[in-house]
Amino acid sequence: MSMFTNTNGDPKSDFGILAEEKESLFKSLPKTQTFQIVSVLFIITAIFSAIAPSTFFTLFNFRNIIINISVFAVLGVGMTFVIITAGIDLSVGSVLVFSSVIAVKAIIAMGSKGWGATFVGIFVALVVASAWGALNGWLVSIAKVPAFIVTLGSLSAALGVSQIITGGIDLRGATPELVDKIGFGNIYKQIPVLGVIAVVIVILGGILLHKTKFGLLTYAVGSNNEACRRVGINVNRQLILVYALMGFTAGIGGIMSLAMYQQTTIAGQSNTALTVIAGVVIGGTSLFGGYGTIFGTMIGLFIPIVLQTGFIIIGVVPFWQNVVVGVFLVAAVYVDTARRDAADGGGKGLKKRSKRSTS
Amino acid sequence: MTYVLEAKGIVRRYGHVEALRGCNFNVSPGEVTALIGDNGAGKSTLVRILSGAEQPDDGEIFVDGNVVRTESPSDARDLGIETVFQDLALCPHLNAVQNMYLGREVPRKGILGKFGFLDYEVMRKGSEDAFRDLGATVRSLTSNTGSMSGGQRQSIAVARSAAWATKVLFFDEPTAALGVVQKKNVLNLVRRVRDKGIGIVFISHSMPEVLEISDRVQVMRRGITIADYKTSQTNLEELVGAMTGRLDDLSN
Repeated sequence: MSMFTNTNGDPKSDFGILAEEKESLFKSLPKTQTFQIVSVLFIITAIFSAIAPSTFFTLFNFRNIIINISVFAVLGVGMTFVIITAGIDLSVGSVLVFSSVIAVKAIIAMGSKGWGATFVGIFVALVVASAWGALNGWLVSIAKVPAFIVTLGSLSAALGVSQIITGGIDLRGATPELVDKIGFGNIYKQIPVLGVIAVVIVILGGILLHKTKFGLLTYAVGSNNEACRRVGINVNRQLILVYALMGFTAGIGGIMSLAMYQQTTIAGQSNTALTVIAGVVIGGTSLFGGYGTIFGTMIGLFIPIVLQTGFIIIGVVPFWQNVVVGVFLVAAVYVDTARRDAADGGGKGLKKRSKRSTS
Repeated sequence: MTYVLEAKGIVRRYGHVEALRGCNFNVSPGEVTALIGDNGAGKSTLVRILSGAEQPDDGEIFVDGNVVRTESPSDARDLGIETVFQDLALCPHLNAVQNMYLGREVPRKGILGKFGFLDYEVMRKGSEDAFRDLGATVRSLTSNTGSMSGGQRQSIAVARSAAWATKVLFFDEPTAALGVVQKKNVLNLVRRVRDKGIGIVFISHSMPEVLEISDRVQVMRRGITIADYKTSQTNLEELVGAMTGRLDDLSN
């Protein structure tokens, strides 16, 4: 009768809400892996700083790292939502390209200068990217095509459409405002505008995921979508919105890369989705759905970039970064899987048990 | 006394197969009505129809004597009809409170609520009350339910449905996956919910359990309810006879 033991001797606590923990689920759940991954980042940074203190640990270098990571960070926000629903989006890079192509077309039509053209470009990029994301979500949830295939198709199609529109040649024509004020601009001294945009998106994304109903439903749908359907949650709507959010962040990424490179990057985004997915997964978000954090994703994204920059500075062939990131990725998923097996006499144990009982 | 839930002449066809052939069924408030029948008798179809998951081809459903149409499980829930599913239906990554209010999240007051912020304080209190009401054993409100035992998870699932059900609560084989102690706990929960005045429909294959918990037993066979016994006036023999059709042979 262990269920009826009560530890504080109060007969009224038979119903047994014992050992109230102070921390919320979202803080306590991924704590261990988040801690591990922060430690890894810290150690890597420390090693590079020790080897090359005069160059690695400088404001200029950190500014570069921030700018490098800002687009990935924005995409990582959307990707974290998608992966928490047990989905995947391989098409972010192509959707990013597509949105920036359409944005440049709009900007050129508006005369390629002035804040008016800039804002129209931004607006158009966000709308088309969100729409493409929503289409992905529709195909995943209502048409029931696996997310991997839907977004693999989108990866190809969005890039193809961009190439058709441009003839395969990158479009120039971003407004001076976009390039000078946003792409190369600083908010204050050496604090880049792009980095600030990324930080704002990341914070808003974190609040949305961890504090709101939308975030809670994202976890719920990824955790057990059948349970959600039964209690009357509109699972399809939630999935479409999550993929649309992914698209929205790809649209922001499209504008940011346009501001950074002054032109579209048709051939330059083929690895973007994989980089972002690797960051999300290294950061502890479970590919099986149901949990993950924005914070983890950010740490997961920093590791490859810090490695890359660090290797260049200390003179190691930077290709090593790819090897190390690959190892990290597999290790992260291994840890996730091992933890699921170990921790679950509970949720997944249920599945195992029912499997056993049917056999 | 009017029935809290009554079905009359329910027909449901799947192609050429008639799963329900003019089935009648009723539930009284504050009573546990067991619904039994062999596999394929049509129990699940009837429950799916009464809980709004499927539509009947013919027949009428009454709640408190009024004809209702339940086009979806949400409609049934709005009428105060809830179901505790066999396979729990909790989200393992969410905690007890979040599961309790799944699909019914309470927004914060004021502008923050409009932005989708949730009032966890209200939801925590509501959950505590619901668990206390039922004497449900929930060790922690903040750890994820996936890490809990099957009995605790079942307690949460029952408490959730019981908290929202105002008229009828369906239990679809609630003890199938549980051990002896947890079974006992669930049966106690069922009694407590019944004592709140809610009509309970208890679907089970376990005859001893049915005889222990129910006030009334309705037996289904080949798509109709063929018998309606007071539990105190029946026995295992008779129930099994009605289920398998042995009684028909005797009466013929």
